[in-house]
Amino acid sequence: MGDDIILVSFWSSPFGARVKIALAEKGIIDYEYKEEDLFHKSPFLLRLNPVYQKVPVLIYNGKSICESLNIIEFIDEIVKGDSPMLLPSHPYHRANARFWADFIDKKIYETCKKVWRSKGEEQEAAKKELIEIFKLLEQELGEKPYFGGESFGFVDISLIPFYSRFYTLETFGNFSIEQECPKLMEWAKRCLERESVSKSLPDSRKIYEFVLHLNNMLGI
Amino acid sequence: MAEEVILLDYWASPFGTRVRIALAEKGIKYEYKEENLDEKSKLLLEANPVYKQIPVLIHNGKVVCESTIILEYIDEVWKDKSPLLPCHPYERAQARFWADYIDKKIYSNSVKLLRSKGEEQETAKKDWIECFKALEGELGEKPYFGGQSLGIVDVGLVPFYLWFNTFETLANFSMGTECPKIVDWGKRCMDNDSVSKTLQDEHKIHEILVEYM
Repeated sequence: MGDDIILVSFWSSPFGARVKIALAEKGIIDYEYKEEDLFHKSPFLLRLNPVYQKVPVLIYNGKSICESLNIIEFIDEIVKGDSPMLLPSHPYHRANARFWADFIDKKIYETCKKVWRSKGEEQEAAKKELIEIFKLLEQELGEKPYFGGESFGFVDISLIPFYSRFYTLETFGNFSIEQECPKLMEWAKRCLERESVSKSLPDSRKIYEFVLHLNNMLGI
Repeated sequence: MAEEVILLDYWASPFGTRVRIALAEKGIKYEYKEENLDEKSKLLLEANPVYKQIPVLIHNGKVVCESTIILEYIDEVWKDKSPLLPCHPYERAQARFWADYIDKKIYSNSVKLLRSKGEEQETAKKDWIECFKALEGELGEKPYFGGQSLGIVDVGLVPFYLWFNTFETLANFSMGTECPKIVDWGKRCMDNDSVSKTLQDEHKIHEILVEYM
């Protein structure tokens, strides 16, 4: 294709993992990956994303695109033809996909942090909140193999990177996501069978060790 | 095909106002249903069980929630008139980025500014102005964020233009001094019927904002 594509991210970022999955699903394998040190952000990152100073950032032929869901929509639009469309074609189904991806963005990341950074009653409340969020997503999934229906798509890509955090959540929160949300686990395992997912998700144990390390640094 | 478009909304909501502007831009006829936010209707609670919030668009029985998502939906369904998003994927990504920035920053910073006092208010004011300066940077020399005509970012932001006077009085500053280009942009937006006929009376908005202080 002759396009110059660079992905700037951090290994543990679920948002960066989303973009890796989307690139793989669209058959884009020829890109450069730059790992950022989130504790010492490079001037490069700060220039690319002056508004939020966060990863991931996609640089496409010298132009930077920020915010993971935004990046996925961009990738979906620039690569058409033989590769699968990540968003549905009908406006109503597209709106529905955006709604649930946005729900995942609003709810999951911060609630996960609450589960592993708090204790006692606060932790129990966070755990309860997270399980409710997962149950709502299970409801939306219903009997479909993927949130996108028969095809793996936008909402699946938005959610599956959080699978890497399940071990950490279960260990800190002392509960089993499989027990609470069996259909969600089935869905996750189905997604993991896809190479785009299995090659993009960070290792669950590494995430756990990283969270322990961060908690230690924060004096938790 | 006979289209049935219903909007569940609250008159003072900036998020609902966005949708009304977009519907006006596209020349779409719809039924407006005013919600009492203290006593939400069964229809609203069933249409939006996740957030129980307005605005909600119901198009031929199908529900769309979240104002920015509704704007994209409207743009995709009624695509032959007044496009709200550019054609080029990179420019679309930029438009979506800034629409999302407005969603993340403006309302929450506005509430902080309304409700804080003293030093906290000074910080809130600084943060609020910085958001608009960032938006000014994005606007640049263009007449609208959408270029030559209103786009999704303009529609997303302009309802907050009505809040300027209240905040200027409350926190003792002038948007004309801090962000002159944004003020010019706001006035330019008002030259569009879809905006001027949709935006509510500023005094009525001021009364509502005062209740939130």
